[in-house]
Amino acid sequence: MRLVYIIPLAVFATVAAAFGVGLTLKPNIVPSALIDKPVPEFTLAGLPGAEVELAEGFSSADLRGRVSIVNVFASWCFPCRIEHPLLMRLARNPKVRIFGLNYKDRPEDARAWLKELGNPYHRIGVDREGRIAIDWGVYGVPETFIIDAGGRIRYKHVGPITPSDLDEIIVPIIDRLSE
Amino acid sequence: MKATHRAVVLAAVLAVLALAPAPGNRALAVKPDEMLADAAMEARAREISKGLRCLVCQNQSIDDSDAELARDLRILVRQRLKAGDSDEAVFRFVVDRYGDFVLLKPPMKPVTYILWFGPLLILLGAMAVLVFFFIRRRGTPITASPALSEDDLARLEALLDGDRDEREEP
Repeated sequence: MRLVYIIPLAVFATVAAAFGVGLTLKPNIVPSALIDKPVPEFTLAGLPGAEVELAEGFSSADLRGRVSIVNVFASWCFPCRIEHPLLMRLARNPKVRIFGLNYKDRPEDARAWLKELGNPYHRIGVDREGRIAIDWGVYGVPETFIIDAGGRIRYKHVGPITPSDLDEIIVPIIDRLSE
Repeated sequence: MKATHRAVVLAAVLAVLALAPAPGNRALAVKPDEMLADAAMEARAREISKGLRCLVCQNQSIDDSDAELARDLRILVRQRLKAGDSDEAVFRFVVDRYGDFVLLKPPMKPVTYILWFGPLLILLGAMAVLVFFFIRRRGTPITASPALSEDDLARLEALLDGDRDEREEP
């Protein structure tokens, strides 16, 4: 067979392979522009009326010194309810502290949420306008960031955390960053 | 009213309806309370917003989208402009947070070269293949088809005759 007749086949194979790979991608998950960048500067007020610790709020300075998780959540967000038990499980991991960024939520609703489902958070910051979330590049709820001890964002998870996300991705990253 | 008059009136009504803006075009995502008092600055904000992707709905700009995040970003764009940012600075502000994907027109840089030049490369490749085939075809002489043999002629005659007979039968 002459070599030129292979060209259309080669072109077809290349295009098919490119589309094949494209099918496995998730276009709704936009990679974060903040990976390996320091966390944005911010100070968030705590949850008014909550127990002392959660009423305190947190700022970018609190995210340095130890590996931390920043979890964007809201009581109106149904997928947050799905991932909540996994956050409760992660909260028992001594290598990490979980900070909650309460996005566009009413404090009374957030308090009721924590009372009903339990509190996995070390601190909670209330972002009623969603302005701080924009600095984090948040475009949906829930989103979860892993921050190293140097205060750099190392990983972002979009959407609810599943058990396999937790065991196969998030916990291994925390282990690696804690070494 | 005569039929022709009716037709003229109908045509006029249809023409007016066709020229009037569709109601959908008038429903802006940008709400009056978001708009800046400074008309020139508001125009800049609209232009910038048209170039920023709404990450919630992805194929709409924040200028088109009714998503809450799009509204927040529209307001933010206007705040940056009021604070004295240039158009480029506003784009940079948003890109720093959401990445290049937020730009509806992708920037020209090494990672996007394949996006910008890929179609041109495919066109050039296709033209090269075409030229190759044309040159090759011109090189090969067109050989005349061999003349019909005696047997072939006889068969052809028989077929044509048969055809004629059939048609002559009433």
